[in-house]
Amino acid sequence: MIRGVLIWLFLALPGMAQEQIVSGLSQNRVAITANFDGSEILIYGAVRRDAPLPVGGGLLQVIITVEGPAAPLVIRRKERVAGIWINNASVKIDAAPSFYVVATTGAVADILSDTENLRHKITLDRVIRAVGISDEAADAPDFVTALGRIREAEERYRIDESSIQLTAETLFRADVVLPANLTEGDYQVRIFLTRDGRVVDHQERLIRVNKAGLERFLFNLAHDMPLIYGMLALALAVLAGWGASAAFRLIRT
Amino acid sequence: MQLYLPIAEVSVNAFLLLGMGGIVGVLSGMFGVGGGFLITPLLFFIGIPPAVAVATGANLVVASSVSGVLAQVRRRGVDFAMGGVMLVGGIIGSALGVWVFSLLTRLGQIDLFVQLSYVLFLGAVGLIMFQESLRAMISARQVGASPVKRAHVHTWVHRMPFKMKFRASGLYISVLPPAVIGAAVGFLSAIMGVGGGFIMVPAMIYLLGMQTKVVIGTSLFQIIFVTAFTTVAHAVTSQTLDVMLALLLILGGVVGAQIGSRLGVRLRAEQLRILLALLVLTVAGKIALDLLLTPSEPYSVAFTGAQP
Repeated sequence: MIRGVLIWLFLALPGMAQEQIVSGLSQNRVAITANFDGSEILIYGAVRRDAPLPVGGGLLQVIITVEGPAAPLVIRRKERVAGIWINNASVKIDAAPSFYVVATTGAVADILSDTENLRHKITLDRVIRAVGISDEAADAPDFVTALGRIREAEERYRIDESSIQLTAETLFRADVVLPANLTEGDYQVRIFLTRDGRVVDHQERLIRVNKAGLERFLFNLAHDMPLIYGMLALALAVLAGWGASAAFRLIRT
Repeated sequence: MQLYLPIAEVSVNAFLLLGMGGIVGVLSGMFGVGGGFLITPLLFFIGIPPAVAVATGANLVVASSVSGVLAQVRRRGVDFAMGGVMLVGGIIGSALGVWVFSLLTRLGQIDLFVQLSYVLFLGAVGLIMFQESLRAMISARQVGASPVKRAHVHTWVHRMPFKMKFRASGLYISVLPPAVIGAAVGFLSAIMGVGGGFIMVPAMIYLLGMQTKVVIGTSLFQIIFVTAFTTVAHAVTSQTLDVMLALLLILGGVVGAQIGSRLGVRLRAEQLRILLALLVLTVAGKIALDLLLTPSEPYSVAFTGAQP
């Protein structure tokens, strides 16, 4: 009886399980070692269907976002006061991702409706707006635009339209490049399937980015035993200074 | 060869860092300045976060100063008594400077204050030195081979109490002026994140009338302790010292300092001073331009977390 109700419920809920994402990551762990020079992550997957492809609807589209750990920021604007340029106005942002990439199978405007974008916070302007701007300046949106511009120049924010390969509305793959200037933390991968601008299914995965080896050791030492770390750096400086002095004297004589 | 820095969290070219350390080392060995006023802006320029640049720059200055001072000790170019008196003043001034720094940080205008003090002090010191050494060079040329050497020039400095004999400097003066100069330099170094050699060297020459041959060594001797204090203070309070970055800068720096101190011996005192004056004026001019010209990107992004 109960099983019957469950089956009925399952069948009656429309759109829930018609098209599902099955996905994988080439790696779910990135180790930052001393010679770390960026990394490329392959995000691949397929669409599982319990029913045949719907007829007459738009084509299936895929959107993938990769988001780095967020941190509170302050954005400042220089203004000319008494002839010199000084930081005059500022806007605080509670949290903005340190890294954000949007990869898609087509132009975002065509494959994602505004309401779905607002709901799932997919494009960058939605992500930053969502994190909360304290109203300190009337023209706060200018500051947010500037943040996007600066981070884009630093290759931290990127939109790669039409970079996902989708085969027969079933198989997809995306290559996401992680830059060398990577911040440690959990990187959230979100995969969205859309049809006619509506999100059909979505899935979340994590990539763990950690310092390893010497990087890990030095970072821990600097935070756990700062006095010893500082003294170590001093000893290094004095030793190197003395060593160079002695070596040059040896060369001269 | 790219290298990922554990604290700065950026990836930079290792050879670029070695080269930058080397250039700063040459200058520090040549002029007796720590090089902090050069390395900190250079590190900003290659994308190292400001807080990390200040702390790690101080660590580099320790190394290049140790390297430089050892060469000077062998040449009897260090007046330890004078350096010690200045150091006492320096620690008091530095403590005061740290307090003012935190006050200004709370007020939110520390960047502007640092930039203005760079322009003001570097500009003034550079201009005075440039004018003075130019005059010395011209008069030396007019008189002939050797300029008139005055052993004792009596100024207000010589009329103060607590007199002490500074044998290496050839001075018998009160301990107050060197202590006050040390304190002023300590204060500025805490605020500007530099060793303060560019202020101390001219102050020793023009205010105290010390013999030029002991000025560089004594300045370096004092800078070692001031910047060592700064390095450890930053490591403990803000955890912004990057030892990997420091190591590469230091390797370049100590070799450069040795080369620099040998180059310095070959140059005449006036020439050395005029070169240092030009260098100081260049840095001051660059920072002044940053303040005066319309910036290409008026917006800037800063983390609100670990900034000092």
